[in-house]
Amino acid sequence: MRTQIYAHDIDALALGATVLGAGGGGDPYIGALMAKQAMETHGPVELVSIDELADNELVIPSAMMGAPTVMVEKIPSGQEPSAAFRQLERFLGQKAAATVSAEAGGLNSTIPFVVAAELRIPVVDADGMGRAFPEIPMTAFHLGGISATPMMLVDDKGNTLLLSTIDNAWTEALSRSATVVMGGSAMLALYPATAGRMRAHLVHGTLSRALAIGRILQQPMDRADRLAELLEQTSGRLLFTGKVTDVMRRTVGGFARGTVTIEGLAEDTGSVLRLEFQNENLVALRDGAPVATVPDLITVMDLETIRPITTEEVRYGQRVTVIGMPCADVWRQEAALELVGPRYFGYDLDYVPLRP
Amino acid sequence: MSYRLGIDVGGTNTDVVLLDGDNRVVAKRKRPDSSDIMTGIRDAVRAVLDDSGVDPVAISQAMLGTTQVTNAIIERRDLNDVAVVRLGAPATRAVQPLAGWPEDLRRRYQRFSYIVGGGHEFDGREIAPLDEKELTRIAREVKGQVGAVAISSVFSPVNAAHEERAAVIFREELGEDTPISLSHQIGSVGLLERENATVLNAAVSKVAKRATVSFQEALASIGIHANLYLAQNDGTLMSVEYALLYPILTIACGPTNSMRGAAYLTGLKDAMVVDVGGTSTDVGVLVHGFPRESFIAVEVGGVRTNFRMPDLFSIGLGGGSIVRDLDGDLQIGPDSVGYRIVEEGRCFGGSQTTFTDIAVALGRARVGTHPVTLPRNRAQAAYDLAIARVTEAIDRMKTSASAVPLILVGGGSVLLPDAFEGVSEVYRPDNYDVANAIGAAIAQVSGRVDRIFAMDHRSREEVLEEAQAIAFSEAIRAGADASTLEVVEMEEVPIAYLPGNAVRVKVTAAGTLASYERRGAKDSHARS
Repeated sequence: MRTQIYAHDIDALALGATVLGAGGGGDPYIGALMAKQAMETHGPVELVSIDELADNELVIPSAMMGAPTVMVEKIPSGQEPSAAFRQLERFLGQKAAATVSAEAGGLNSTIPFVVAAELRIPVVDADGMGRAFPEIPMTAFHLGGISATPMMLVDDKGNTLLLSTIDNAWTEALSRSATVVMGGSAMLALYPATAGRMRAHLVHGTLSRALAIGRILQQPMDRADRLAELLEQTSGRLLFTGKVTDVMRRTVGGFARGTVTIEGLAEDTGSVLRLEFQNENLVALRDGAPVATVPDLITVMDLETIRPITTEEVRYGQRVTVIGMPCADVWRQEAALELVGPRYFGYDLDYVPLRP
Repeated sequence: MSYRLGIDVGGTNTDVVLLDGDNRVVAKRKRPDSSDIMTGIRDAVRAVLDDSGVDPVAISQAMLGTTQVTNAIIERRDLNDVAVVRLGAPATRAVQPLAGWPEDLRRRYQRFSYIVGGGHEFDGREIAPLDEKELTRIAREVKGQVGAVAISSVFSPVNAAHEERAAVIFREELGEDTPISLSHQIGSVGLLERENATVLNAAVSKVAKRATVSFQEALASIGIHANLYLAQNDGTLMSVEYALLYPILTIACGPTNSMRGAAYLTGLKDAMVVDVGGTSTDVGVLVHGFPRESFIAVEVGGVRTNFRMPDLFSIGLGGGSIVRDLDGDLQIGPDSVGYRIVEEGRCFGGSQTTFTDIAVALGRARVGTHPVTLPRNRAQAAYDLAIARVTEAIDRMKTSASAVPLILVGGGSVLLPDAFEGVSEVYRPDNYDVANAIGAAIAQVSGRVDRIFAMDHRSREEVLEEAQAIAFSEAIRAGADASTLEVVEMEEVPIAYLPGNAVRVKVTAAGTLASYERRGAKDSHARS
């Protein structure tokens, strides 16, 4: 499967990626503008299935790391993503056949398109999460035993850092501090692997899914129809419809945490949904009982416009509908749940797989 | 006795009020906008002088709230060319200035658009030294080609040194007459939105100049030689000199003035305000006497900006809103007969059924010259539908579930009931119909700071003290009396994914005009 992606497709991709961001992942606004500028300058980008690549061909994921707040102020130079990519190719002594998204939710859905447009290589229609997560090891690549290093970090000035670590937890710790020295954001080329090795450790079709979701939400049709199509596209489930009656925020260890209380409307009248978030929405409790938990995706949508509302944007008084979407199968294994299950994030709950 | 004039030029009407030294309304006048705004202002001012018999020389201050700048941007009228200068290279090249602008404006402004070495990191370090040579070259290149300069530096809300130095270089080359807009004076964190607002600010320099000059001339022509002030969208005033530097801050001052007027007329500092006009209803929130600010990016003429704006929820429901299909699937608005209600509305003998006619038919309001008869149950259903929309808008703007007081202002507010769900008490002040002009007349002067501070080596108190000192000095610069200054808003927002306690601090301080008579300002609150 091969599809041409044009600059004018990027807004839909970014909108769909916000839905897959499950409330987090960073606002893709700047990332989308970067991708559009790169594609207007260098031309469209081909989106391909991993099956289009030979087993021995190299694939290098591209991503941004750091504070989204910094990126909206200190916009990248635009050279960083492809510089990181090229430097890693040089270090490995092999040209890569394609790039791929490490995280399809939020901002990182668009970064591979910046690299691909400039280097004229395809983007693999897949990612390492199928959603957004806050840390480098939280990927299907990691679960598949692929090392995040050798990894290149490049800043806006052209400083390049090569990381070679003993494990992916060290990669997270070291790259996080390096990013701060670099001014709060950096671009990465990481998790290099052959297509053959990577194939079994990807979440497939996520970028075309983001695009499809974005197109559904852009359609000028009835909101009930848009919502129904969205749920069909994502195999998702309507969890709750109501009004936000309380938002409590606190910042703990650099992460924005909080609790959203939603009082039911229409069929949900009389019930209360409590949402716990840490950058992303992690746990949804209906009248005290969990109805969806991480790693499944929980996204809050505006009831009127059927547009995603991020955890930064959620406010008292908003009329919302909360949807749950099943995570990629890879996250439902025991080892994965230790890495991204509710207990990892500090909730005394077992993972409750979303009922279809 | 000295007097003050408050003038509000809105979409359909020009409202004028004359206040005495005790802030009492001596005369008021509402008239439909003429094609020539200044003629309209002159005629309305002359009318209040005639009604009151006040001598023009006794007017010491005149405050103007106007939509002219907003309209110039929306209608692309009389905008001047701008040198768009961003300081941030090598960073920021991935998204050029004017990205996402409407095509017509982008084509026009990208001719003189530059990204130059400079800018800062979030913690105040330099990204690169300021490229002064390149700035001098650009200044010579644009000389005689542009009417204004817009300078935006990365993280200027943290460190404005590069913007200020660049301004000196441009001033040396272009002289004192070319206005220079600096982004840290206009917007907050978010480079593109702040840069956009700065470019728009520069683009309306000519419009602002003309509006203020003709305002001065209109008043001078009827013998008024008062100090002139313009209303800003945060509910405070700026001197004419300051307004010429930051004309963009007048955008959306109309709804803000209404809310400030509502606060003054009732003496309430924390309340909801519902302002009902002919076509729409704005719902806002007063916090410590000032409108709550919007937290999302706001589009002005199709351009995304992030400068401060009042947080409003507007619905297409006003006194002139047309009611359709009274017997079937009821619909009210969003289209309105506007000021033509006096010809087309049933209560004035016309044939259109408006929201006003519904209220008149139900005996809830006495408006117009003709009785209105409509089937009672259908009229009630239409009224209930309209009130449900207002109630929902009120509920959306509330930040907590507890009941809050509500102030009704605007000409159409007579149509609304005396109680709403979630509202503790409804206030209907005198002179509710000219609350906007009163809001302009009684406004204070403010100064503010919105920056990121690192708290690594300093205590929280030290940072907040520094922020407050900056806000105070800004207010004094804008014309405030230092002895009356107080902090009206303080907010700290921690920033995610950054260590070292980087915190965004916003402080707004406000005080009375330095030339104000204190007596008037003090008495005003006792009166309510």
